[in-house]
Amino acid sequence: MNPVRATRHALVLARRNLTKFRHTPDQLLDVLLMPVTFVLMFVFLFGNAVSGDWRDYLQYVIPGIAVQALMFATLGTAVSLNSDLRTGVFDRFRSLPVARSAPLVGHILGDSVKYVLSIVLVFGLGAALGFRPHGTPRDLLLAFALLLGFAFAMCWIATLIGVLARAAEVVQALSLVLVFPFTFGSNVFVPTGKLPGWLQAWVRINPVTQVSDAVRAFVLGRPPGGAVTACLLWTAGIVVVFAPVAVAAYHRRSS
Amino acid sequence: MTVAVECAGLVKRYGRTTALAGVDLAVPAGTVWGLLGPNGAGKTSVVRILATLLHPDAGVARVGGFDVTRDAGRVRGSIGLTGQFAAVDEALTGYENLLLVGRLLELPGRRARARADELLARFGLTEAAGRLVKTYSGGMRRRLDVAASLVAAPAVLFLDEPTTGLDPRSRGEVWELVRALVREGTTVLLTTQYLEEADQLAQGIAVLDRGRVVRTGTPAELKAAVGGQTLHVRPIDPGDLTEVDRIVGEINATPGTSPREEVSVALAPGTSAGTVLAEVAGRLAAAGIEVTELGVRLASLDEVFLALTGEAA
Repeated sequence: MNPVRATRHALVLARRNLTKFRHTPDQLLDVLLMPVTFVLMFVFLFGNAVSGDWRDYLQYVIPGIAVQALMFATLGTAVSLNSDLRTGVFDRFRSLPVARSAPLVGHILGDSVKYVLSIVLVFGLGAALGFRPHGTPRDLLLAFALLLGFAFAMCWIATLIGVLARAAEVVQALSLVLVFPFTFGSNVFVPTGKLPGWLQAWVRINPVTQVSDAVRAFVLGRPPGGAVTACLLWTAGIVVVFAPVAVAAYHRRSS
Repeated sequence: MTVAVECAGLVKRYGRTTALAGVDLAVPAGTVWGLLGPNGAGKTSVVRILATLLHPDAGVARVGGFDVTRDAGRVRGSIGLTGQFAAVDEALTGYENLLLVGRLLELPGRRARARADELLARFGLTEAAGRLVKTYSGGMRRRLDVAASLVAAPAVLFLDEPTTGLDPRSRGEVWELVRALVREGTTVLLTTQYLEEADQLAQGIAVLDRGRVVRTGTPAELKAAVGGQTLHVRPIDPGDLTEVDRIVGEINATPGTSPREEVSVALAPGTSAGTVLAEVAGRLAAAGIEVTELGVRLASLDEVFLALTGEAA
């Protein structure tokens, strides 16, 4: 199947996801509600405790919550992909002269709207509460690109879960196991220096920490240090490892 | 006679389980064939191989002359598939489901929209076109599913247990639909557990058991070949059953087995149905036994099925 046709098929299927958001906006609710809850809860509940002043904490926590929100958003991709595989919908696509890659790529493209939405939402809500970015427009664009890049890397892990899971509950369970240690065992909510020593070792190598650091640096107009390189390496690394595995698993399940 | 669907020596294994142990099948173009068999006989595996969803471990399968493995793209261009579970997207409307298939088939926008409208009208779904599929009844979903597999106007249609789980009325609707498609020249291969369905629709039946085709033929041929003829006598007064049983046993020389409402025995080979009937009628009249039913019938497909597979359908 030539790439032009494959792209066309993927776009048709991506559009299908968008149509579904329009019909049942409540499936966007978890993607939207979760970051709102986390922003409000952490800023007002723990803000003074962690940073002395919740306004300072707001500046610190918003970029990290954006990363967390993206992790949750990619898991939505796992759920929708899995439900397609379990019902006969994928069989229908596969019995048509449609590129084999199209259903997978279509899902990821279609869900990228969710990724963008969650980034906009977290920073929008932050701004409403008094979050002020200090980076140049170019820095902000770079931060946005890093976030989106990380989301597209994470969605391969989500794809793998979605393809391998035999039941929807398995997707949920695996997702939580994946999201919690990565987001809470990072410096998203508490700066690395304030964490217990044994945890710091993990937090430092955690990709979520690296991505959060890089995004914080760009958004707040600070020198990024090694965080950007680490963030890019993690993003590329996750794609290199998980994309082929996910695609192989997908081909196995669909043959 | 052109052969639309053809399998030779089809083998499929899942780990240690052999799902198909060499299936041979030939479906003439423009006919309905029924693939009949108990659960686990391999019906779905055959259909999935023919629809390019599954690779056979050995053997050849061709649809419209194209090999399903080497020419999968061409096969996909000429088939429609309706699986056991309605393969429609519940979160889209009926219209959007059909439009989606049209777009995937790369029909021009206007053509895709027209085709969706046309199929909705044909399947009596025009009014429900704008409703989300999750609000549809089981019968409506199945109709939409069949409609979705017809967007490309395929020459060959595979229906995998198309009426499983449907109420009798929806089942009748699906049957009507299949008949109409065949009138228009479509070749249909359907799998079913319902003997009545195969009897109603199929010009040819292949009985599948444990991964092998154990018998092929028209419904009438199968009934004649396996079941032979049976004599049925049903007295008005159940108290006469023993007496009826004795009379039938004397004439036919094969005693019935503990009859409850009627005496029903296989006619001994070589006997003339007419002679036996006349003789039984005479003896019954002489004994003063009134009957509600007296006759010779071909075995039902159920009996055929039981004889071939050793399992009740």
